[in-house]
This record gives sequence, structure tokens and C-alpha cells, in this order.
Amino acid sequence: MTDISLAKTSARTLDEAAAARRARMHLMSSVIRYALLFAVGFLMLYPLIWLVGASFKTNSEIFSGAGFLPQSPTVEGYVQGWQTSTPYTFGRFFWNSFLIILPKVIGTAISCTMVAYAFARFDFPFKKILFGSVIAVLLLPNVVTRIPQYILFRDLGWLDSFLPLWVPSALAGDAFFVFMLVQFLRSLPTDMEEAARVDGANSLQTLVFIVVPMLGPALVSVCLFQFMWTMNDFLGPLIYISSVDKYPVSLALKLSIDTTEAFEWNRILAMSVLTITPALVVFFVAQRYFIEGISAGGRKG
Amino acid sequence: MRAQRFLGYAYLAPYLIGLIIFTAIPFLTSLYLSFTSYDLMSSPQWTGLSNYTRLFTRDRTFEKSLSVTLLYVFSTVPLKLAFALFIAAILNYKIRFINIFRTAFYVPSILGGSIAIAVLWRYLFSTEGLVNMALAGLGFSAVDWFGDPTNALFTITLLRCWQFGSAMVIFLAALQSIDKSLYEAAAIDGAGKVMTFFFVTLPLLTPVIFFNLVMQMVQAFQEFNGPYIITQGGPLKYTYLLPLYIYEEAFKKFNMGYASAIAWVLFAIIMVLTLVAFWSSKKWVYYAGDKRS
Repeated sequence: MTDISLAKTSARTLDEAAAARRARMHLMSSVIRYALLFAVGFLMLYPLIWLVGASFKTNSEIFSGAGFLPQSPTVEGYVQGWQTSTPYTFGRFFWNSFLIILPKVIGTAISCTMVAYAFARFDFPFKKILFGSVIAVLLLPNVVTRIPQYILFRDLGWLDSFLPLWVPSALAGDAFFVFMLVQFLRSLPTDMEEAARVDGANSLQTLVFIVVPMLGPALVSVCLFQFMWTMNDFLGPLIYISSVDKYPVSLALKLSIDTTEAFEWNRILAMSVLTITPALVVFFVAQRYFIEGISAGGRKG
Repeated sequence: MRAQRFLGYAYLAPYLIGLIIFTAIPFLTSLYLSFTSYDLMSSPQWTGLSNYTRLFTRDRTFEKSLSVTLLYVFSTVPLKLAFALFIAAILNYKIRFINIFRTAFYVPSILGGSIAIAVLWRYLFSTEGLVNMALAGLGFSAVDWFGDPTNALFTITLLRCWQFGSAMVIFLAALQSIDKSLYEAAAIDGAGKVMTFFFVTLPLLTPVIFFNLVMQMVQAFQEFNGPYIITQGGPLKYTYLLPLYIYEEAFKKFNMGYASAIAWVLFAIIMVLTLVAFWSSKKWVYYAGDKRS
């Protein structure tokens, strides 16, 4: 009798000990996990945080310590950096970036929607081959078409204008967006469109009034990505834009490291902060669309 | 039905025009140009294979550029993907504030391509920059980041690994879609965490690993901003990646023919590696529900 109860208690203590050990292990491993995530996150974001702090420092303080807070905050870097060494202020360069981005985003959204609509909702000869060409264009390195494109734009007299940056995108040149929208559209039910057709709507009306509203979130992703990529684009403007009065911010920033002789880092860092601000603001306002866009592209691919 | 056929093409028109004018014709033109000598002033002169023979027999810059490009791609892509997968695997536990972490890790991907970040990088790794200050604080001696060939290339690798966010988001989405019952089955069979990761998780992730691998590789071969802004190809051309070489040949020296030949060699390398990836994927990529496994 006592033997059995003894055995029972010892079994229970053993169980409890194992459970306690497991709980301790669990706690340990989650502590390690969080510590790791915080450490990696800190290491990754510190350069950006530091950048913001440093943009309010004097030029000599930038090289004197790794701290974030400026000892005597000054906006000197912003004031002088904004003036630039050119006849134009940074305001001009931001305006140029805007002039490149807006038509490009609109052109991308319209053309990619049309093309995705064709692939997802129509049957036509050579459809498979043509859709294969979208994937091929997606994987085709730009480096191989860049030189003839430059020659083409030169022959058209488009050099030193925004046209080489606008037109290819307005003709659905960014295959990634076509692919993304086709995948999204294929996953949507067609009953609404059929109902509209029965009611006598033609295909264009169906596209504008039924399909585009349903595509909403995916289209927002397309516009946001295109905005971000165009804002960051450097090689395109570098090749096609030659006069300073048409420079977007990416080229202007490169110009500022070339022309400030003794590397006035406070000015350069201040302007760097300004040039990444629009992208950051847009990202934080609409991050859901970015994350969803990226994960959808990956899953379907 | 005839009208339908026509209609599809009507909506497809922008793409078809763009495909022909901005992709197909330039693609073939650059192949043609690679067999010519062309300085934009006079018309292209057919020179046969001479651009290619010069590239492979006499051009030491090309030799150097090609080898550092391969070194760069084969170090950056695996490092970046391994890191992205590692962080995604941690985030896949029931982590609180997962959205905050995911967002924080994704921020560098949003900004990483910008010139501002390349400029920042150039400062961070300068002799008296933040990285050396931090190293000094930890008691290490300063590192000459841009003066040493391996270090200089490594700063660009670090910049691209810093942008692991989009690869991570794709991994995380795939991890979250794995059927939980598979883990339970593995646990019942007595598999530990490491075993489960290698024999359950990893095989199910192979489709996204494959996707990330191809996309990141194609991207890495075209790295331009890093060497152009951060290292300017130096020291001694140890970061002179092929896209930078092509850019300078084409748009600084206006040797359009020779630059096209280099571009085609780069394209051929990317294509062969992509095809190898696709061909080998039959052997290592597992599609759930597919009969071959």
C-alpha cells in the first residue's frame, strides 16, 4: 500500500521535475530568441538612427564619437546642404524626382492593369508563349538591353529628358508588376464580371468599374513599389539625364559628394536624411501593402 | 469568339509594343553590336569575333572584373539567404510583436538601393567612420576597409546582406503556410527540433529557396551602385564589378561594341547559371502534392 503511494509520489515528482526543466528550457530559448532579435534589429537600425542624429551634428563632431545625440544640435548641415554647390537648391531636385515619379507610376498602373486583364481574362493565340515572355523579361538582366536602348533614345532625340524614364514603364516594361497583377487577378472570382457582361457592359466598362476596384490593394502595392524604386533609381538618370537642372535627388546627392571638396559630411548626411524621408514615410503609412506584395510574389513564383 | 481574340490583343498592345521596341530589338541589337566596333560617331564596323578574343586573351581588366564579380555573387547570395532564413525561422516561433520586428527588419530593404544609403556606407566604413569607432570602443584596432581588396568587396556584400528583408518576408510567409500537423507527426516520431528543421521544414521551403536564389543571383550580378558610389571600383579594381566596367566602357569611353560584348558575356553567365538552377531544381525542389519528390 505505502509502496504504491510512494512510487506514485516519486513518479509525480519526476514528472514535475521534467515539466519544470522543460519550462526552464522553454524560457531560456525564448530569452535567447528575443535577445537575438533585439541585437540584430539594433545592429541593423543603428546606422539609420545614427544617420538622423549625425545630420544635426557639426562636421567635426561626426568623426569624434559613435553616439547618437549631438552635443550642440545644429541645422547648419541642412541649411548649407539645401543650398548645394549648384545654382539650384535641393527643392529643385525634389521637384525633378516628383516629375519623374508621377507620370511613371500612373503609366505603370494603367498599362500593367490592361496587360494583366488581357492575360487573366482573355483567350488569344500564343497566350502561353506571350506569358512566358513576361517571365523571360522578368529574368532578363537589363544590362544586356541598356546600350541599344540608349542608342534608340539618342536617335529619337530623347536624351536629357524624362522620356526614357517614363515611356518603357508606360508600356508595361516592368514585368514584375504584370506578373504580380496577373497572379492576383487569377485568384479573384469572375461572377461579378459575368453579371456585368449580362447587364450589357462591354469589356472596357467591366475593367474600369468591376476589375479595377477589385484589384485595389494589388494596384496600391504596384504604385508603392514603383514609387520606391523610381525614387531610389540611380543608373537610369545617370545615363539619360545630363543637365544639372533636371537632376533628381539621387544624382544630386552623388553630385554633392563629388563637389564638396573636404567632404562636408554633415551636409551630405543631412541631405541623405531628406532623400530617404519620403520613402520611409510612405513605407510606414502603407507597410501592409509592401509586405503583402512581396510575400504574394514569392508564394506564387 | 473572333471579337474576343482581337480584344485580348487590344489590352495586350502596350506590352507587345514595349516588348518589341524596348526589349526584343535592343536584345538582338546588342548581340549584333558585340561583334562590331562602334563609337556612336560613325556607323558600327563589323569586326567579327575580335571583341571576344580581346576580352578573353588580352584584357586583364576583364579577367579581374569577372573574377571579383563571381566572388561577389557567390559570397553575397548564400550569406544573404542563410541570414534571411535564419531570422525568418526565429520569427516563425510564437514571437510577440512579430509585426514590429518584421517591419524593422524590412526597413533596410526599402532604403538599401538608394544613393543615400550607399553614401552613408561610404562614411560608415571610412577610416574614421562609425564602424572603426565602434571597433575601437570594443578594444579592436581600426580596419582599413577601403584600402584592402577583400575588405572593400566585403563592405558591398555587407550592404546587400543588410537588405535581407524581402527574402526574409518571403521565407516567413512560406514558413507560416506549413501545415502544423506535419510538425506534430514529426514530434510523435521522436524527431528533435534540428531534425525537424532539416527533414520537414527545409524540404517544404525548397520552392521559395529556389525562387529567392534565382532572383537574388540575377540581381547580384547586376550590382552597380555599391561599387560606383562606395568603393569606386577600387582598390586596384578589386571591386570593379562587371556592370561598372560595362558602364564605363559604354558611357564614359563610348566603346559601345566592346561594352556590348562584355554585357553579353555577363548575360551568358547569368543565363547558364539560371538554367543550371532550373535544371537542378528537379532534383532538389519539392512541390507539395507533386508525385516526384
